[in-house]
Amino acid sequence: MIEELIISGRNNPEIDPHLHIWGWEIPLYLFIGGLVAGILFFSALYTILGKENKYITAVKWLPISTPILIGIGLLALLFDLSHVLYSWQLFTNIRWESPMSWGAWTLLIMTPLSAIWAVSWFPDIFPKLDFKYDWLKIGLKRVISIRIYLAWSLIVLSVVLGIYTGILLSAFNARPFWNTAIMGPLFLTSGLSAGAATTIIFSKNHAEKLNFAKIDLGLIIIELFFIIHLFMGHLAGTQVHIEAAKLFLGGPYTTSFWIFVVVLGLAIPAFLEALELRKYKIPSFISAVLVILGGLILRFIVVDAGQASRWLY
Amino acid sequence: MRYAMAIDTKKCVGCSDCVVACQIENNVPIGYCRDWIVEVITGTYPNLSMELRSERCNHCSNAPCVRCCPTTASHITGGGIVLVDEKNCIGCKACIASCPYDARFIHPEGHIDKCTFCNHRVEKGEDPACAAVCPTKCIYFGDIDDPNSRISRLIKTRKWKTLIPEAGTEPNIYYLI
Repeated sequence: MIEELIISGRNNPEIDPHLHIWGWEIPLYLFIGGLVAGILFFSALYTILGKENKYITAVKWLPISTPILIGIGLLALLFDLSHVLYSWQLFTNIRWESPMSWGAWTLLIMTPLSAIWAVSWFPDIFPKLDFKYDWLKIGLKRVISIRIYLAWSLIVLSVVLGIYTGILLSAFNARPFWNTAIMGPLFLTSGLSAGAATTIIFSKNHAEKLNFAKIDLGLIIIELFFIIHLFMGHLAGTQVHIEAAKLFLGGPYTTSFWIFVVVLGLAIPAFLEALELRKYKIPSFISAVLVILGGLILRFIVVDAGQASRWLY
Repeated sequence: MRYAMAIDTKKCVGCSDCVVACQIENNVPIGYCRDWIVEVITGTYPNLSMELRSERCNHCSNAPCVRCCPTTASHITGGGIVLVDEKNCIGCKACIASCPYDARFIHPEGHIDKCTFCNHRVEKGEDPACAAVCPTKCIYFGDIDDPNSRISRLIKTRKWKTLIPEAGTEPNIYYLI
């Protein structure tokens, strides 16, 4: 057997012995991005389908949280930047080759759009609210009149945002675990699932809860399918991809990933939601909270594991 | 014009003079390095072989760090040298994640730092500090587009390899083997 021993004289902080440049900020930012995408997607979808009075929580209430959530996400991103005083330069350049660039631009457009979208529902949910100034009333009327166009742009932008959270990672060829095209769809599905789960938690309407339990169940099944394909793809790939998959198949991330993400975050909520749809009385918030926590832990584990996977030379 | 470096692994003794020269020339913060020595021992005792490599940024022609930079701070300058403009860098670290050679690091001042091929010396017609100080003269620097340059002739006449060519980065550091 030929053995190879590689000794490197390099010991740069946060680079060696293995990369650790991204801590809690980036996974939180990616999770919030997915969650916002999920909430706005369903809100816009049911507006287009004309069911805004049927699914009031999803369409009218939850969007109020999105500008705040985007704010928290962007704050997490700012915390991560090591040269933060220069961060405005993100918005003096548009670089299509850089996912970080078009993600920042998508968020920049999403922030005011989500706020306008949320405010457009204020007359419905706060009927006694009186806007003091005439220009506010006129502006609001105009926004309501173009709501359907807003909904269509939000659908597109939320899908872009949801996929971006995965593509940001998958674009790094240097980190074999991230470098798979399935990462974008996986994070999008997980984000949509978190959006559906949030609706289940906050809705007081049984029909709405059941509808979103059904949607969430479908999304969880798709997510499980993507996870299986993620590992199939890696195991059928090059040696570096096989090594990356091994981090989860006996390696250091095995227990945390399969127990917290797959079992507690996907399989058990799917089982509980399936029972709920068969009219068993189960508190729906249990599965919803598990889905949200699972999605958050998924981002943390994936961001960490990607940094631990590398080319062998 | 495309600058490249050829490092003769048969002549390198792993003395780390290149590392120290770089640190002094470029005022690299203590505890960090822009170039480093790698020692690879292959085989089973007593049949062992050893390769010594002085490694650094590969100044790739298809540089992933330049592609993923959201602000154009990472850019390719004349002669194909990959540089980081400190004043454009926001410290998002995407370029660090994109580099299969882990050749970049976060400077204590916040911006990203890496080997510059000693651009300030090259502009004056001098060799990079690492090549200039090497006691065994195993580091060759020059224009690989010029067929008569020493580096071009070495690449034509010696066996060589680049690091992780399969990553598609088209590296410009050649290791003579």
